[in-house]
Amino acid sequence: MTPATASQTAGPYWHMIDFPEWADLLRPGSGNEAVAGERITLVGRITDGDGAAVSDALVEIWQAGPDGNYEGAFHGFGRCATNAEGAFRFTTLKPGPVPGRGNAMQAPHIQIAIFARGLMQHVVTRAYFEGEALNATDPVLNLLEDPARRATLVAKSQDDGTWRLDIRLQGNGETVFLEI
Amino acid sequence: MSDPIPYRPLTPGSQPPLDSPAYGSTHKRHPKQPLLRIPQTLTETSAPRFSPERYPVQADMSQVNGRSALGERIIVAGRITDEDGRPQRGVMVEVWQANASGRYHHPRDQHDAPLDPNFEGRARIFTDEDGKYSFVSIKPGAYPWRNHWNAWRPIHIHFGLHGAGFAQRMITQMYFPGDPLLELDPIFQSTPDKAARERLISKFDLEITRPEWALGYRFDIVLRGREATPFENA
Repeated sequence: MTPATASQTAGPYWHMIDFPEWADLLRPGSGNEAVAGERITLVGRITDGDGAAVSDALVEIWQAGPDGNYEGAFHGFGRCATNAEGAFRFTTLKPGPVPGRGNAMQAPHIQIAIFARGLMQHVVTRAYFEGEALNATDPVLNLLEDPARRATLVAKSQDDGTWRLDIRLQGNGETVFLEI
Repeated sequence: MSDPIPYRPLTPGSQPPLDSPAYGSTHKRHPKQPLLRIPQTLTETSAPRFSPERYPVQADMSQVNGRSALGERIIVAGRITDEDGRPQRGVMVEVWQANASGRYHHPRDQHDAPLDPNFEGRARIFTDEDGKYSFVSIKPGAYPWRNHWNAWRPIHIHFGLHGAGFAQRMITQMYFPGDPLLELDPIFQSTPDKAARERLISKFDLEITRPEWALGYRFDIVLRGREATPFENA
């Protein structure tokens, strides 16, 4: 067996592969235009151990469609560059619940991968949705006993369909990152 | 419905740690809490299906609208397999790099080296049925960075890989053989295992080299493999 190739940082100039339209999963030409579901916006701000904005991150999302299917009509991939304030913004449809292992059902969630200068490997986390009944039995959320740690994975509803999940790479309120 | 077969954990030593002190930008950006190990589900074992129809191929970085970029033309080719040597088909490979002078076509790159109007420095290709890919480019230049006094990045090309599972998603850098800066580079050096580090260095390859046209470099890439199936364990 040959171990997987070593990861290396994306560096500060990865924007040559930034296509800002990819942050809108419902854009014309996405293939998702005709998929029915609840339109949402996922926003957040990424900060470092000093609370400073991480303004050069590459944020990717991967999610199921509203039917909970990863291989159905909905193409659940998006990419967004953080701006000067460290903020990202995706327009998408709210995912449905997804089967977990065994007979478990996972609460609706969006997988988030972050690449950046200073990250030798990307970090992975999830955005769950506050108030979702299935959160109580979600196998990943339930690995976390500390309510404060658990809360770092749960996006909060703002208004008009906007969900906010701020991400702290290090220090106070550090986001729970996943080994997958 | 049966559970998806998970990807194997990464081999210790084969990956650079998030906390890599010699690389200054990691100081405030690496998580201090241990990562939370989760059971892999469809979220991790599935991945976006990219197709050339929606994500058009661009395999030649050596020219813009038929006008040739400055520098030494190169062909980069290789094979993408998993850890068990199985070819990975349909992998979307995103590539980006500095120009021959060591400057990125990027507004934030202020290195005092010329931009080349005929070099944009990005490509997108897909692996074939045998896991093979190739693209044409210009040999990038080294450039200074501010990590430490008189710091220079070895010449490199960034690779982004999209495999069949989101757990395989990765970004890496390909280096060039014989570059004296490799020994001094905290990013290259941060991978603990020497063999794993050296696999990031491409090999000059006369088979890939095209007579009278361009030198060829081989860069093979390994994506995470899956655990043995329950059947194989039985």
